[in-house]
Amino acid sequence: MTLAQLPVLEVVVPLIAAPLTLILRRASVAWAITMAACAFSFVAAVLLAAEVARVGPLSYHIGSWAPPWGIEYRVDALSAFVLVLVSGIGTAVAPFAWRSVAAELRSDQIYLFYTMYCLCFAGLLGMTITGDAFNLFVFMEIASLSSYVLIALGRDRRALLASFQYLILGTIGATFFVIGVGLLFLKTGTLNLADMAVRLEGLTNERSVLAALAFITVGMSLKLALFPLHLWLPNAYTYAPSAVTALLAATATKVSVYVLLRFYFGVFGLHLVTQVLPMPEILMGLSILAIVTASLVALWQTDLKRLFAYSSVAQIGYITLGVSMASLDGLTASIVHLFNHGITKGALFLLLGIVALHAGNTQFASARGLARSMPITALGITLAGLSLIGVPGTAGFVSKWYLVLAALEAGRWWLAALVVATSLIAVAYVWRFVEAAYLSPPTAQTPAAGDTPMSMLVPAWLLVAACIWFGFDTSFTVEGARRAATLLLGAGP
Amino acid sequence: MSLLGHYSYWITVFLMTAGLYIVIARGNLVKKLIGLSIFQTSVYLLYVAPGKVIGGTAPIISPHYAVYSNPLPHVLILTAIVVGVATLALGLALAVRIREMYGSIEEDEILAADRDAEGRA
Repeated sequence: MTLAQLPVLEVVVPLIAAPLTLILRRASVAWAITMAACAFSFVAAVLLAAEVARVGPLSYHIGSWAPPWGIEYRVDALSAFVLVLVSGIGTAVAPFAWRSVAAELRSDQIYLFYTMYCLCFAGLLGMTITGDAFNLFVFMEIASLSSYVLIALGRDRRALLASFQYLILGTIGATFFVIGVGLLFLKTGTLNLADMAVRLEGLTNERSVLAALAFITVGMSLKLALFPLHLWLPNAYTYAPSAVTALLAATATKVSVYVLLRFYFGVFGLHLVTQVLPMPEILMGLSILAIVTASLVALWQTDLKRLFAYSSVAQIGYITLGVSMASLDGLTASIVHLFNHGITKGALFLLLGIVALHAGNTQFASARGLARSMPITALGITLAGLSLIGVPGTAGFVSKWYLVLAALEAGRWWLAALVVATSLIAVAYVWRFVEAAYLSPPTAQTPAAGDTPMSMLVPAWLLVAACIWFGFDTSFTVEGARRAATLLLGAGP
Repeated sequence: MSLLGHYSYWITVFLMTAGLYIVIARGNLVKKLIGLSIFQTSVYLLYVAPGKVIGGTAPIISPHYAVYSNPLPHVLILTAIVVGVATLALGLALAVRIREMYGSIEEDEILAADRDAEGRA
């Protein structure tokens, strides 16, 4: 009975938690509600994933209105996989936020932080679970508007401008998306994604359908920060509060990739995306540019948060590179990397939050000699950095391995070589941290050894452990991603 | 016929490009938000205009009426308008906060102020 209601509770519980935190006002109560809502969603997501693996896709009809008229929540291999990632990261960041936010925000703003945190979390989960195009847009705006507020809460005044720029670009992206959905709605008369796919089958050469594909591609590329539409990302990640950076870096761009995947393969279909319009070529070109340029730019940064923000742009390039191959292996690599990069970046930004707690900033100067005063944190950043590079035995290796396999399978050996070569740039920027932390003497800016609260250390290390765990045990990630990729390629006409 | 018959689309396209142009070309944060609003408004028209069938009524099942207009686009746009208002309100609130912290809402002056601050640090 309750299991049947889980798809809607997954989203509704954090959505209701948001106004509750606002009404009750006390920071500690707000935190407890947020924590409970996140944990509930995580457990629900795991149960849903297990159920989907057992019986296949679940369909939930909101208010018992049958699709295509009513709004459908659809949990299948792909959305269940992304739900587990998003709710898992949200649940890991929530305990971390308790001390981190108390240190970084004014005390009268803390309960508002949790309101926005719940809204953003609910919005991201809603985007993932919904099977209705317009409902997706509304959830996207819930997640986006709350993330603008979360970013603007940063201590530095530059956070305000970063948030404003993200608001402008994010709104343009969402509006492009809704224009695309509008064109599809005019053409098909339905908003249900599965129904849309069926009705689009005969319409592959219609100009308005192609325009819709173009609008949705550009809109979602803005949201997922595909090069050269990534300009909002580095500032937003750098100046946002630590907990916000960890949440957004690990989930927001990933959910946008998910939406793009859903529309490409679940609605437009393989033929339209790969044959009628040269989407794979365009995506591949931009992905390669993203990987190379953003990795190189990351090398020259003087702030660790900004360095890893640029590294995120490069890693998103790897994800879209997998999408651009539009093969089973390519999509598997892309979906595995979506997950692995999510946990890796989540771990890195949480650990940087610990550095920020003690040093007050994340400048390279503060990281010098860090291994002596904060050995556990420095070790964690190094391990997560190894996963970012893709060293064997870490999660990052698994996804890059499949990416190389997919490139070789497509006969593009140069692409495989490029993936390996650009990983070397990642070696260089992670080494810059290792060199500063382990081989340099401490400076005046290096934080003294202090007590790191367990509420911050444990979630960060859980994610680091996950980076290692999923490097050895790929049964959940690779199997799940392969099922999702099979579903996507099978769903198209 | 088809050029004039599609006049609502022409207005949509004009509003869309004009709004987007203002967002890109103007450095003043409030003007940017006005452009953004115009851009979003064009989408309202894109949805609502085709929802009107000339001579159509609300979908009430009755032997007196044969032509119906689909009310769904209007309902969707009602939601989109709410989203647009929320975006505009948040954008203006940010502009107020930026003005408090920087003393300006001109993008180039704000960036210059940040460069100065970084140069001193």
